[in-house]
Amino acid sequence: MDSDDDFNSSQMSDDEFMGGQDSDDSLGDDSDYQDDVGFESQDKDIKPTKHAYEVDFKVFNPADIQSHQDKQVSEVSNILGQAPEATAILLRHLRWNKERLIDQYMEKTDEVLESAGLGETAQTHPPRIEKVPGFACDICCEDGPDLDTFAMKCGHRFCVDCYQQYLQTKIKDEGEAARIRCPGDACNRIVDSKSLDLLVSGRLKDRYQELLTRTYVDDKENLRWCPAPNCVYAIECSVKDKELKRIVPTVHCECGHYFCFGCSLNDHQPAPCSLVKKWLKKCADDSETANWISANTKECPKCASTIEKNGGCNHMTCRKCRNEFCWMCMGVWSEHGTSWYNCNRFEEKSGFEARDAQAKSRQSLERYLHYYNRYANHEQSAKLDKDIYLKTEKKMTQLQNTTGMSWIEVQFMDSASQALQQCRQTLKWTYAFAYYLARNNLTEIFEDNQKDLEMAVENLSEMFEKPIDQLKGLKVEMMDKTAYCNKRRIILLDDTAENLKSGNWEFNVQIV
Amino acid sequence: MFASKRLSKELSKLHDKLPPGITLIKADDFTEWLMDIRVIDSNPLYQDEVYRLKFVFSQTYPIEAPEVVFVKDEDHPIPWHPHVYSNGIICLDLLDRQGWSPVHNVESVCVSLQSMLTSNTKQERPPGDEHFVKHNKQRPKDINFVFHDNQV
Ligand SMILES: [Zn+2]
Ligand SMILES: [Zn+2]
Ligand SMILES: [Zn+2]
Ligand SMILES: [Zn+2]
Ligand SMILES: [Zn+2]
Ligand SMILES: [Zn+2]
Repeated sequence: MDSDDDFNSSQMSDDEFMGGQDSDDSLGDDSDYQDDVGFESQDKDIKPTKHAYEVDFKVFNPADIQSHQDKQVSEVSNILGQAPEATAILLRHLRWNKERLIDQYMEKTDEVLESAGLGETAQTHPPRIEKVPGFACDICCEDGPDLDTFAMKCGHRFCVDCYQQYLQTKIKDEGEAARIRCPGDACNRIVDSKSLDLLVSGRLKDRYQELLTRTYVDDKENLRWCPAPNCVYAIECSVKDKELKRIVPTVHCECGHYFCFGCSLNDHQPAPCSLVKKWLKKCADDSETANWISANTKECPKCASTIEKNGGCNHMTCRKCRNEFCWMCMGVWSEHGTSWYNCNRFEEKSGFEARDAQAKSRQSLERYLHYYNRYANHEQSAKLDKDIYLKTEKKMTQLQNTTGMSWIEVQFMDSASQALQQCRQTLKWTYAFAYYLARNNLTEIFEDNQKDLEMAVENLSEMFEKPIDQLKGLKVEMMDKTAYCNKRRIILLDDTAENLKSGNWEFNVQIV
Repeated sequence: MFASKRLSKELSKLHDKLPPGITLIKADDFTEWLMDIRVIDSNPLYQDEVYRLKFVFSQTYPIEAPEVVFVKDEDHPIPWHPHVYSNGIICLDLLDRQGWSPVHNVESVCVSLQSMLTSNTKQERPPGDEHFVKHNKQRPKDINFVFHDNQV
């Protein structure tokens, strides 16, 4: 199963989400959309303040990151009385830990300078390329008196060609920069930038500089690169690793991508990182058991004719016998809108049935499949919803032409599509969350919230699939449903996040 | 170019003289070689057995580590070792990106593996062997092994 879901890139105008962010970084003004989209803008229940599931974060562009580095360098440079260039080397050497550098520098200046490749000997005997009589290179096995050679202070000497080839592989192919080690066996000496200057040039040097800049973000605990392909932004967030069992820190990059600051995976609220990791591992391990489930065709439970699912909606109607059923549980659909609805909940069979080991293992498999089925289904449905949207988007131009609606007016489809994507993403992870949840007095509220969101999403998804000529008539209803879905999602996330923060959930596995 | 220059030098040295228990089987080109190793001491785990190693070299060998695996056929079993999976994949820091140094060569790798076997007393596979062998589709060098211990 492929759990690397799509990057939900979007230009959200969802002010609910942006509300928690530092306002100077928000994506601009939503007012253009207010008349049409304006989620919850009239809703008095939800104020645009920070929700329990939101965390503070800031988005930085490459220029911001550079100026941060420059500022730190000049600050420390003044304290140490070293040139900015040398200070930058020292800071990188100590992984941008300013306090540690200053302490160590004050205590044992020479040692620190030496280990960063800036020692006394580096001043008096700067690294240089030389010919050494009787030398043979251990990498290429060449020898001869004309061979240009290079060695750092550790004395591991190689010919310049090999050294350059080595550095090129490290920089270009392996993306290393600040911590490239000497090619000698088991030598821990880091290739300092003075030696590097001597050995590489041109584009490789530029790449090296670029990678050095990147290490600033890599080394800082409160900074993380946005993992979206080709994205250049970094996010700052103060959530620490040890807080991850109480907080699921979803951040929103300027590029539109929502991801978890804790583990860099796509937004996986409400499930905490460690459960996500466990779940993905379990799914990968059990992929064979679960494979048949994600199939796109099933048989109608009444007449057994083959039904193909080509939209995200789970409300199926058999073409042949008109039987309406739920794709997920294969139950009668009419029961899904009532108090009968229990599609989301796994009913534990009463204890006496599962006495022997075989029955127990069967029951635990059934339980897993129940949750996996729903998890995989929302993932799949989100993809199908997106397909539908892409098709619809094309038709929207026609809609504008035939109905005289303006571009702004047809944006309700875009909003609905984004709500579907985001809600299904959340629903998907509620099932992984539920799988690890041990029952207590709060579980029922969670399941009710899950059920409410799921029903709302299926309703919206169903409208979403309607033929284009009916869409205009559904506009108001769809906008209401979209707003309702977003609201149910916030309620669910708020509830789960609050209880996670206070440690009220009990899990049947250890979370770290 | 880089690899072939170095490998042709290694080859002439291997033809010249090899440490006991190590035999060159096939080196027709500069991309893939076969070597056999035997454990010389009387370790009951490896008595009377010969193990076949396959070396695959990239263009940038020896800057980049070679890919080294034990191969299994009628005459060559996979040796028991807590760092050798039953499909022949070897978890050894020497062959890992971090542990590799371009100073190493085919002979030194063979010697290291030989001594790794010589000192072993456990008739064991790495933890999770069955699962790994069933599910792993990565090439050995792309696997992020966690080195449980460095006493190998
Ligand atoms: Zn050389
Ligand atoms: Zn060295
Ligand atoms: Zn981004
Ligand atoms: Zn996470
Ligand atoms: Zn039917
Ligand atoms: Zn159902």
